[in-house]
Parts: sequence; structure tokens; C-alpha cells
Amino acid sequence: MSAAAATFTPGFVAPAVSREATGHGDAGPAPKRVVAGFGFWIFLLSDIVMFSAFFASYAVLAGAVAGGPSAAALSDPNVVALETACLLLSSFCCGMASLAVEARKQALTQLALLATGLLGFAFLLLELREFAGLVAQGAGPSRSASLSSFFALVGCHGAHVTVGLLWIGTMMAQFYAKGFRADILRRYLCFSLFWHALDIVWVAIFSLVYLMGAHV
Amino acid sequence: MLGKLAWDAIPWEQPLPLLSAAFVGLIIAGVIVWVVLAGRLPYVWREWITSVDHKRIGVMYILLALVMLLRGFSDALMMRTQQALAFNAPGFLPPEHYNQIFSAHGTIMIFFVAMPFVVGLMNYVVPLQLGVRDVAFPTLNSVGFWLTASGALLVNVSLVVGEFARTGWLAFPPLSELKYSPGVGVDYYLWSLQISGIGTLIGGVNLVTTILKTRAPGMRYTRMPIFCWTALASNLLIVASFPILTATLAMLLLDRYLDFHFFTNELGGNPMMFMNLIWLWGHPEVYILVLPAFGVYSEVVPTFSGKALFGYRSMVIATMAICVLSFTVWLHHFFTMGAGGDVNGVFGVASMLIAIPTGVKVFNWLFTMYRGRVRFSTSMHWAIGFMVTFVIGGMTGVLQAVPTADFLVHNSLFLVAHFHNVIIGSVLFGAFAGYTFWFPKAFGFSLDERLGKAAFWCWLLGFYFAFMPLYAVGLEGMTRRLQHYDQPQWHPWLLVALGGALLIFCGIILQITQLVVSIRSRESRRDLTGDVWDARSLEWATASPPPLFNFAVVPNVKTDEPYWGTKQKARELLRLEPEPEYEPIEVPRNSPTGFITAFFAVLVGFALIWHIWWLAGVGLVGAYATFVAFAWRDKVESVISAEEVARIDRPNRAARSLALEELAA
Amino acid sequence: MNDDALSAIGDIAPGHDYEAGQDIAARARSYLIGLGLAVVLTAASFWAAQTHLIYAPGVSAALVTLAIAQMGIHLVFFLHITTAPDNTNNVLALAFGVLFVGFVVLGSIWIMAHLNHMTMTMDQLMRMQ
Repeated sequence: MSAAAATFTPGFVAPAVSREATGHGDAGPAPKRVVAGFGFWIFLLSDIVMFSAFFASYAVLAGAVAGGPSAAALSDPNVVALETACLLLSSFCCGMASLAVEARKQALTQLALLATGLLGFAFLLLELREFAGLVAQGAGPSRSASLSSFFALVGCHGAHVTVGLLWIGTMMAQFYAKGFRADILRRYLCFSLFWHALDIVWVAIFSLVYLMGAHV
Repeated sequence: MLGKLAWDAIPWEQPLPLLSAAFVGLIIAGVIVWVVLAGRLPYVWREWITSVDHKRIGVMYILLALVMLLRGFSDALMMRTQQALAFNAPGFLPPEHYNQIFSAHGTIMIFFVAMPFVVGLMNYVVPLQLGVRDVAFPTLNSVGFWLTASGALLVNVSLVVGEFARTGWLAFPPLSELKYSPGVGVDYYLWSLQISGIGTLIGGVNLVTTILKTRAPGMRYTRMPIFCWTALASNLLIVASFPILTATLAMLLLDRYLDFHFFTNELGGNPMMFMNLIWLWGHPEVYILVLPAFGVYSEVVPTFSGKALFGYRSMVIATMAICVLSFTVWLHHFFTMGAGGDVNGVFGVASMLIAIPTGVKVFNWLFTMYRGRVRFSTSMHWAIGFMVTFVIGGMTGVLQAVPTADFLVHNSLFLVAHFHNVIIGSVLFGAFAGYTFWFPKAFGFSLDERLGKAAFWCWLLGFYFAFMPLYAVGLEGMTRRLQHYDQPQWHPWLLVALGGALLIFCGIILQITQLVVSIRSRESRRDLTGDVWDARSLEWATASPPPLFNFAVVPNVKTDEPYWGTKQKARELLRLEPEPEYEPIEVPRNSPTGFITAFFAVLVGFALIWHIWWLAGVGLVGAYATFVAFAWRDKVESVISAEEVARIDRPNRAARSLALEELAA
Repeated sequence: MNDDALSAIGDIAPGHDYEAGQDIAARARSYLIGLGLAVVLTAASFWAAQTHLIYAPGVSAALVTLAIAQMGIHLVFFLHITTAPDNTNNVLALAFGVLFVGFVVLGSIWIMAHLNHMTMTMDQLMRMQ
């Protein structure tokens, strides 16, 4: 730095990136991984708010059965337990896949992602069977407001799981075709956030919709 | 094969929509033909349509807003004319038509004028003020814009193919349910808002991440310009509230398409739940609009008062207080729905509370002007006009925050006057102030001041003549959305209101003239240094227009108002700092992803509206394929060499040095 | 400067389980602990819903508590959201989200309960007798 430049107090000189603590934002733009992860985290929170609107509707309309059955009363707790187990194990496999990605092991990554996807797919199949069963009993979404809100809430979660499965497929293909490139790693970080968040939403669903609904 | 679509979807026997659609279609076709024949299509494709540059995207958002303002305003003129004529008379618009017009007016003005305008301003200015090269996710930014444009396109298509909703701009059930709105109108409304809603959410995530995670070195939160703070608050609200809109409209779609019963009258549905949810979104929405406008004033007033903003810290606290409080008042939109005194009282108090931080802001602006050297530029006109107009509107708002008073004026023209008072007074005036303020930065030449001021006066007087009578006629009992009436004492007020609307029309004509005249005489009004207003924040440190990479060297910020400090130092020493060491700069590549996604979005939306299921499927597959193709890219950035950066930066340095020399002389 | 080096001194991305010095085995153990705890809590939820050992009106509270605990396990062990100083932004964003979810769900329940009560139709009123 020239002496002349040192006489200028503020303003912009060629930056020496400072290393002050985070939260003050003194270090300049964050690295891409942080930016991508945080951005996706914000999107996930918006998704949670969307789920909360469906939850609110369910809370308000759960009692409006129009003289018919409620979904929670018709549900089989064993099926719900199985669905929960599938999704929880799937989350765990996703965590294992994250470790495999960290270790840059292609075969292990593909295996773990495959397990994640298959467990998620099993969850979806169980749920579709459950829905079909309800419809066959005349307890479909058109039967009452209560069933409408049930199908919408649980169905919205299922739709997210479906998108997640498409995403797993795409990630497996990308890892296979392009290896562990930085942008693919960022995309995978976002996927793992998504997949774990879906399990969190499922915790709310099985606790408040199925278990509480059947009990009350 | 084609679902419900048939030739009778086009309104052959209604001259008005047919002719206006033909007129607009001709203009669009004319513009496209002119662009192609002038050989400018490659330029338009490369520099605008596939651009991922936040500056280009910001300009396109504002262009969309301005064009849709014309459509929304024509709806307004038609409504005012109808109400001026329809005293004991049918007027010229049959009820089914009138209902579509006021529904389209509200939908377009909120979603496709006000939102794109503030989002466009934020997109353009925030990265520049933060001292960075672009937003956090440039390609996603393009996708967000094009999805918004898709929604606008669908609403406009409804004019000529099918019909629009007749339910008002919020489509309350049970009127909006299939039983009472069996046509495609409500579906047009729902799908275009779902599509543009995704675009808005994308923009929200983008700007929140940009402001929180990508700022220039040294740009602490307490050194950010207030415009960035209000942008942060506004985008946090977008992220928190737009999902509720998406969910609620999805529930209505489920009711209409799959025979669900969220809001139907039978089988346990609860229409009141729709009001609750939609206003949970609707109230934060108006703060999403107003906060960036407040930010514009926080930039314009200090610049044209020659003083730093008074009370920076209280401004920040007030902004974040408004952000949180805006989520606690939504019930005041349906005091009369019957929740009872306890609930109404709580929300009434909350609604009054939110006036306090707003008042803090107004006082801060006034104190900024006090003892400053005020220059009455066009932007400052808009700012001062805002201060008077918005305060009046705010007061009628606090009046309606009292539930018992609201029971008398709810859904009357008093309410209509109030919300136009606050939205036009703050959001639109702020948008115009920002447009005038940053136009030279974006295009390299300033707008004609005289025409700008003339337009302002037409708008200001037009606004008062158009809306003050509506307060009166609302207090006299006139309900909103009336296609005809028989109360003689309302008639003179409504005639005056039409006069006001025509005055506003003159204002718009003057603004269009201003643009044409300024473009024609642009050489004589060039912004040579990049700092045409003697302003205070970092965007004025760049050339006008800024280069693709914004800053040749990312600034290292050490104080508040970093540009003002540097400038004063340079003036003292009569020279710039020495030339920086230029380095190569990576910039994201252009991408057609946004435009192609929009194409599929329009396809899916149109197909779902007309029940052409196979086409919707094709569109969804296409959209997914576009994402995968985008994810599969190998080369995502290109590099601008250090020599090129130097070549681009040196002329601006030379121009600023010249200005300093002239100062010395 | 590559991503990894910079992230060692600055913010942490949410979900990034990059604690300098922690080896794969330690991280795998952390996932296993999380899984174990989640299984226990989930089983507890299912048990609480059908046991007679808990005071019946208290079961809802038990389910809510267990659900929140499970969410916490997921956040800490799977999503790596902690209270470390470099995670502040992520936690603040989460808090913001939770606040708004609270407004939406609790606000809606409160309002709709009042509305339903106040706008009951005559036959609903009669059925309440």
C-alpha cells in the first residue's frame, strides 16, 4: 500500500479480507457453500410456514366430519409406525450418504442414496395404500372438510417426498457422471437439508394428526 | 383433447375486450417485428432475456410494472366512469363485466404493478449499495422474474380467451367456489397467482441471503444503508407470508378441481377460514410493499437535504418492529366477521401499535430535512407529497383500527379511499421517486425535471380529487364495488372522483412524454461521473450505467456512508485515490433457464385452467427437464480479464478526475 | 481461497457437519446417537397414545412435548444446527420461522374458535342444548 493511500480514512482500497467474527459481516461475501446452504435454509423455513397453513386448517377443520368418519379414527397405528420407521431410517441413510460424500467414496455414496430413496419410496407406497383404503371406505377427501384437510396436509408432505425422490435420482446420476464437484456438493447439501426437514414435518404429522387424533 | 377450450372462449360478441385485446396485440406484434427487422433480436436475447444480471432483471421488473400500470389504470378509468354515469342508470358496463374489471384492477395493481416495482428497485439497488457484484443466486433471480411475468401474461390472456374472476381481487369463497363461479375466471386468477407467487418467493429467498450473507468486507449491519434494511425486512416478510398465500390458494384449487371441502358451504367447509388465512398473507403483503418505499425515501430525503439521515438506529429498530408487528394485525381486515369483542380488541390495539414505528420514521425524515440544504428535485417532490398524503391515509387507518368505528365503514368507499390513500401515497409515490432517482444510474442520463414535476402535480392533485370524495361518499353509506346506485347525494362526489382520475391520466401522459423526451435529448443530459445527485451511498461510486461486474474492485468499507466519506476526502485533496490493482473477475454466464421455465409455466397454467390434462403433464415434464439441464451445466462462469476491467473502469475514473479538476478551477 | 478454508474461519452453512478435526467415525457415531434417541422418543409417542398409565387429558401435552423433543434431535444430530457462534444466522432464521408458525397456527386456532362460537347457526345452537 502506498503512503498516499494510507492518508485516506474511509472508502475503498484493494481489500484485505478481514477475519472478524461472523454476525458482523466484516469478512465480505461468505463462501458459496455457506451462501447456498443458508439460502436453501431460508427456503425451507418458508416451506415450513406453508405446512403450518395446512396444519392450521387441519386444526380448525379436524372436527368438521359432517357426520362421517375422521381419518385419524380410521388409521392403523401399525401402518403409521411402519411409515415413521421408513422415513426415520431414510433420514439416517441420508446422513450416512453425507459421510460417504465427505469421504469422496462413490460406491458408498450411491449405495447410501439408493437406500435413502428406497426407504422413501416404501414410505410413499404405504401412504398411497392408506389413501386408497380410505377412499374405498368412502372416507375420501370429498366426504368432509375434516378429510379434505387431512388429505391436503398429509398429501402435501407426500408430494414433497415425491419431489425428494426425483431429487435423489438426479443426485445419484450427477455424482456418477460428474464426481464430487463443488457445485454438486452444494446441491447435495441442499438436498440433505430438505430430506431431514421432511422428517421433522412428519414428526409433527404423526404426533398431532394420527396419534393425537386417534386418542382424542 | 382440448379440455374446456373452444372457440366460444373468445368474447366475439363483446366489443370492448375484443377491441382492446386487438389493440394490445397489435402493439406487441409491432414491437416484436420492429426488434427483429432492426436486427436487434440477438441483442435482446443475449443482453436482456437470458441475462442473469440483477441490474437488467431489475429494469425488466420495473418495465413490467409500468406496462401493467397502464392496464390497471384503464380498469380504474372504466370503473370511475361507470360509477359517474350509473346514477339511476345502467352505465355502460354490465354487472358481469364490471365485476371482472374491479377484480382485475385489484389483482393487477397489487401483484403486477406494486410488487414488481418494489422488487425491481430492490433488485437493482441492493447489490450496488452492499458493494457486491450481484445477488446471491443470479440465475434463480432470472427464473423469479420470468415466473412473475408468466403470471402477468396469464391474467392478460384472460381478457381475450375466456374470462376473469368476478370475485374481487381476493376471491372470497363461497363465491369463488365451483358452485358459484363455474367458469374459468377464478382458475385464471388462481393459477397466475400461484405461478407468480413462486417467482416472488424465489426473489425473497435471494435477497434475504444476499443481504445477510454477501456484503462487501467491512459492511456491518449497522453500516448498511436504510434501503437495504427495509429490503431485508420486506423480503423476510415475503419468505414468511407468501407460503401462506400459496397454501390458501392451493386449498381453493383443491376445492374447485378435486371436490375438496375446505371452504364450501356444505360438508363441514368453513369459508371464514379462507378470510383468516388470506389476510394472514394479505396484511404482511402491504408491508412488503410499503417498507421498500420507506427505504426509497430514506435515500432520497438525505440526498436532497445534503445531510445524513437523522436517527439511523431508530430507523433500523422501527423497520424491524414494523416487520414483526405486521404479522400481528391481520384480523383488522375482518372485524365484522364476528370474532367478538375480545379478539377484535386485541387486534385493534395491535393495529394501533404498528402506527408508532411508522411515526418514528416520518419524524426522522422531517428531522433530516430540518436545517438541511433542501433541493426540490422531482424525487423530493414525490417524497414530500408522500409525507402529507401517507399521514392522512395512516390516520384513517388508525381510525378504522377501532373495531366499533370499523363496523360502520367496513367495505364502504371509506375503506377503499383509505387503502388507495396509503398505497398510492407511499408505495406508488415511492416507486416514482425511486424511478426518478435511480434512472440516471441505470441508463446514464437523467429524466427531464420539468415534465417530472408537472407529472407529479397532476398525480398529486388527481389523487386528492379522485379519492377524497370517496371518503365522503363512504361515510354517507356507499358500499364498495357498486355497479349502479340510486342515492342522489353520492352522484356529485363520484363526478369529482372521475375528474381526479382524468387528472391522473394527464399525469401518466406527462410521464410517458417525459420518458420519450428524455431519451431523445439524452446526449444533453448525460451523467458523466456516475454521481448526478451528489449522493451518499455506494451505488453512486460506480459509472452510470455500472459495468456488468458493478465494482472493479470490491470496496473495503470502514465507515457509515462510505461513498460520502471518500468523496469528501477526494474533494479536499482534489484527487482520487490511486488506481487499484485490477484483477480478473468471474461473472455468471447468461442462461435461458428463466425464460424456458416461464414458457413451461404458462403452458402448465393455461392447460390446467382449461382442463387440458395431457398438456399440463407435458409442461411439468418440460419444467423438470429444464431444471436438470440447468443442473447439468459444466461451465457456469466466464472470466473478465484484468486488462478488460481496467479498460472499462478507467474512463469513469477519468471523468471523476475531470470533475475534481473543475472543482479546483 | 477454496470453500473449505474460508468456512473454517467464517460462517457455517446449515447442515454442514464440518467440525475441524472430527473424523468420520465420530460423525457417524453422532448420527447413530441421533437415530437411537429418535427411535426411543418415537416409540414413546406411540406408547403414550395408547397406554392407560398417563392421565388421559395429559396425553396431548405428552405427545406435543415428545414431538418437540424429536424435532430437536433431528435439528441437532441430523441438521447440525447448534448454538455455536458461527451458527447464529441459522438459529435466528429458525427462531423467526418458529415465531411465524406460532402466529399462523395458534392465531388461526384462537380466531376460528371464537368465530365458530359466535357465528353458530340456529340448528347448531339447538344441538348444543
